[in-house]
Amino acid sequence: MAASGGAWEAVIGLEIHAQLATESKIFCGAPTSFGDAPNLNIDPVTLGLPGALPVLNRRAVELAIRLGLAVGSRIDRASRFARKHYFYPDLPKGYQISQFEEPICVGGQITCDVDGVEKTFGLTRIHLEEDAGKNVHDPKTGRSYIDLNRAGTPLVEIVGEPVLRSPADAVAYMKAVHEIVVALGVSDGNMEQGNFRCDANVSVRRPGAPFGTRTEIKNVNSFRFVGRALEYEIARQIAVLEEGGAVVQETRGWDDDAGVTRSQRGKEEAHDYRYFPDPDLMVVHVDEALIDAIRAELPELPRARRLRFEHSYGLSAYDADVLTQSPARASYFEAVAGGVKDPKLAANWIMGELLATLNREGKDLEASPVPAAALAELIALIEGGTISSKMAKDCFSAMVADGVAPAAWVKQHGGQITDEGAIQAAVEAVLDQSPAQVAEFLSGKEKVIGYLVGQVMRQTRGKANPQQVNAVLRASLEARR
Amino acid sequence: MEIDIRHVARLARLELDAAEAARLGAQLGQILDYVAQLDGLDTADVPPTTHVLPVATPWREDAVTARIDREEVLAAAPEHDGEAFAVPKVV
Amino acid sequence: MNTFATAGELLAALDAGEVTSVALTEAALARARAGAELGAWLHLAEEQALTRAADVDRRRAAGEPVGALAGVPIGVKDQIVTRGIPTTAGSKMLAGWVPPYDATVVERLHAADAIVVGKLNQDEFAMGSSNERSAFGPVRNPWDPSRVPGGSSGGSAAAVAAGHVPLALGTDTGGSIRQPASFCGVVGLKPTYGRVSRYGAIAFASSLDQIGPFGRTVADVARLMGVLAGPDDHDSTALRSPVPDYLAGLGGDLAGLRVGVPEEYFVAGIDPEVEATVRAALAQLEAQGATLVPVSLPHTPYAVATYYILATAEASSNLARYDGVRFGHRTAERVSDVADLYAKSRAEGFGDEVKRRIILGTYALSSGYYDAYYLKAQKVRTLLRRDFEAAFAACDVLATPVSPVTAFRLGERVDDPLQMYLADIFTIPSSLAGNTSVSVPCGFDGAGLPVGLQLIGPPLEEGRVLRVAHAYEQATAWHRRHPGEEGA
Repeated sequence: MAASGGAWEAVIGLEIHAQLATESKIFCGAPTSFGDAPNLNIDPVTLGLPGALPVLNRRAVELAIRLGLAVGSRIDRASRFARKHYFYPDLPKGYQISQFEEPICVGGQITCDVDGVEKTFGLTRIHLEEDAGKNVHDPKTGRSYIDLNRAGTPLVEIVGEPVLRSPADAVAYMKAVHEIVVALGVSDGNMEQGNFRCDANVSVRRPGAPFGTRTEIKNVNSFRFVGRALEYEIARQIAVLEEGGAVVQETRGWDDDAGVTRSQRGKEEAHDYRYFPDPDLMVVHVDEALIDAIRAELPELPRARRLRFEHSYGLSAYDADVLTQSPARASYFEAVAGGVKDPKLAANWIMGELLATLNREGKDLEASPVPAAALAELIALIEGGTISSKMAKDCFSAMVADGVAPAAWVKQHGGQITDEGAIQAAVEAVLDQSPAQVAEFLSGKEKVIGYLVGQVMRQTRGKANPQQVNAVLRASLEARR
Repeated sequence: MEIDIRHVARLARLELDAAEAARLGAQLGQILDYVAQLDGLDTADVPPTTHVLPVATPWREDAVTARIDREEVLAAAPEHDGEAFAVPKVV
Repeated sequence: MNTFATAGELLAALDAGEVTSVALTEAALARARAGAELGAWLHLAEEQALTRAADVDRRRAAGEPVGALAGVPIGVKDQIVTRGIPTTAGSKMLAGWVPPYDATVVERLHAADAIVVGKLNQDEFAMGSSNERSAFGPVRNPWDPSRVPGGSSGGSAAAVAAGHVPLALGTDTGGSIRQPASFCGVVGLKPTYGRVSRYGAIAFASSLDQIGPFGRTVADVARLMGVLAGPDDHDSTALRSPVPDYLAGLGGDLAGLRVGVPEEYFVAGIDPEVEATVRAALAQLEAQGATLVPVSLPHTPYAVATYYILATAEASSNLARYDGVRFGHRTAERVSDVADLYAKSRAEGFGDEVKRRIILGTYALSSGYYDAYYLKAQKVRTLLRRDFEAAFAACDVLATPVSPVTAFRLGERVDDPLQMYLADIFTIPSSLAGNTSVSVPCGFDGAGLPVGLQLIGPPLEEGRVLRVAHAYEQATAWHRRHPGEEGA
């Protein structure tokens, strides 16, 4: 580890909060939409009005189970909600409804690559809870303003075991979790909007020694910040210990501009959350049928798909990575690859022409003007020698512009000219019209052959097989020497 | 029974003056002494009753069904700026 | 119409065109104003009530379908939120608060075309047994204004007993419907936990709170209960089971009925006149064909301690939302920060009894004490439930006194919270068990104060306890006596 001069080991555990992709809040029918003016997405439950009561959102439960199944958690058939008490203006009821002793998902693991080495990190639990609202301080008025649009938004808290040993571990782990929740559709994972964020618990120790005193870095919402904050905090703790001091157990915040973590002690009293089972909600019963149904719909996770693409299609790690960036892209590739001989050629076309076109036109793959079947047909025509790669590009442009089918395009434009006699005739015609270039070539300036090839291709309206043209040209030029 | 009434009042966010704290402390001590009779019951093998209802919590479908008018809500707020609730600086 | 006409009689007169709802509503409002010295009402919703009454009259006259309580005036305990009508729960904390939504039961009253004439006084946040804990002054007992009406639904019981309205809603957490019904000589039903939606009932102790009906007759209570009961998408704890027709279920005799008499409810501490009156009622049930069965509820002596831990713990949590941010009282004093704002606002907004319970409940949940208090009390709650399960294996209903005493004098007990709590000993156990219980008038003591008989049934047996109460009522005349009348 860069930060440690001597033998220190970091012990890191992350608690990741991911906002669930639901339309309505976890305990009421107010909307979860982001970016609205303050306090529009509210109802009696969100506001914690006297008399209001929570009713659990089915979708939130299903998404938590979906995530739990995907990461190998045990799904608890009977979980429970508890009240966690603290006073804060963005917490309307004076308590947060969360799961405490009986979470919905227990255990599980996350596998990821850290600097090329595969590592598996254990999870403690995944539980459901509600988010708080937002305080904004206005220095002009000296007041804080409270917006409860976000209050009551469903979250999963993914609690990792303290088994991460470096900032690199932590970043790779957090990215892997992010990739999974997004791939599952459990969360949109939008980090700028705070829909995916983490608290990092970190301590240092001599290897083999008991855990040291930890600090908690709160609310970090970028991969880069997590890495930097942990680097800083580990170095800080080591420096404290090496100077003979003691690490104070506390909450710290990351100041990215200054590049330091700062103590938030004094901003909070010692907490006594007074958890107790929420009497307004009963046991959350999950039956086998629901679990089976959710399991049956689990998609392949991105990491598994990447590995499969490498092995089954013989793609490079880079290509597999690019092609599995989204489920849509991966299934598009598989559809194309299934219709051609060489998956690598399919990969090249998708990563080249197709993505460039979509990028240029600002379109998603879902709205691609070229369906997978059409691209497969085009590639098959190349593989069969019916058209050249050059012609294929023209054909592709026509497919994009007019939606023309490759077969129709070939019918209209004719296929590739591979007839030796036809090519020979075209070559002779060009050479007859280009005495100066022929002389140049024969004087040793062979570069000019490029011009001559171009002329032959023009003569054949691009349809002559380029390799054949090249070979015939050379032979004919030699014959004129 | 003695309890740290100041600590509990702080947890509950209730400001108590000295007389109130003393009076409440004495009354609570008396009540807790009365409650101490429960210690005489052996409940080692008794499960707690969290709910008298032996039913699973019902679920609602994920649909936007409720929203209330911000004006009506803010009208009841002690302090607001027309959009948000206002409080002294949150430290 | 007669001041003490029942809801059933009023409906018949309305249907016959002998009277209008507007006239009944105006008469109810006039009686409420004339009886203001009782302190039963916190707010009269004259405009809304008369508008609704006129609408019901028009629809009835036009032959359009109308609801089960069409045109009948009703009062609603201030613990229950009413859109556009101030709702305070008897607390300075909520003085002036106008809720932006209706409780489910209020929606159901509107759907049944009942006329909500106003909001009824109560102990602050339903915490009290005498109605002396209202921030807006006590309620007085119509039978003797120097005495309390009971609590916490004291305003509801008093307004019905005094004839201001034939019906009212109350809430019962540890006896807050039954005890004031008993003290005021009216009928009050605590439904099974979960039978009536709690959505919009300002929470005191969520695992115990239930809304229930008050009336002067069992039939009226059954009629109102039919409107209140049923599932609700806004309350996870509202039971899905179908709702029987409670009114149609009344009638029949008591032959073969096994009435359990728990020995723990006839012990030292009970007023001898109360005991004698309740024993006479038991004899009456026997005379009507019921069999008295001695039963034991051995954990009864632990109920009050159990209740005051569970109820206060839940209350400390439920009352955390009163922070002076979104609604409710905020201190006018200078504050240093938000924590100070909370502490001062809450200190000013809450009354003594509420503070006492918040402190007790916070303590019971705090770190290091949870197992000893809250968890322990939850376990004893299991034992209390088992007591009832065993008893109901041997009998159909239990018959007990509602309270060990009749209405006491204002100020008499206010300085001794523990003694006040102990007076709830007979109503608390069935609250903890989630049973249903009704209080029905069963006589008077020597001072002319009403005594109530409590009939307790197993969960969801509202129909059964109401049927027994009705049979008893029909064989006796206690419900025909009213305060201020000759012979009363």
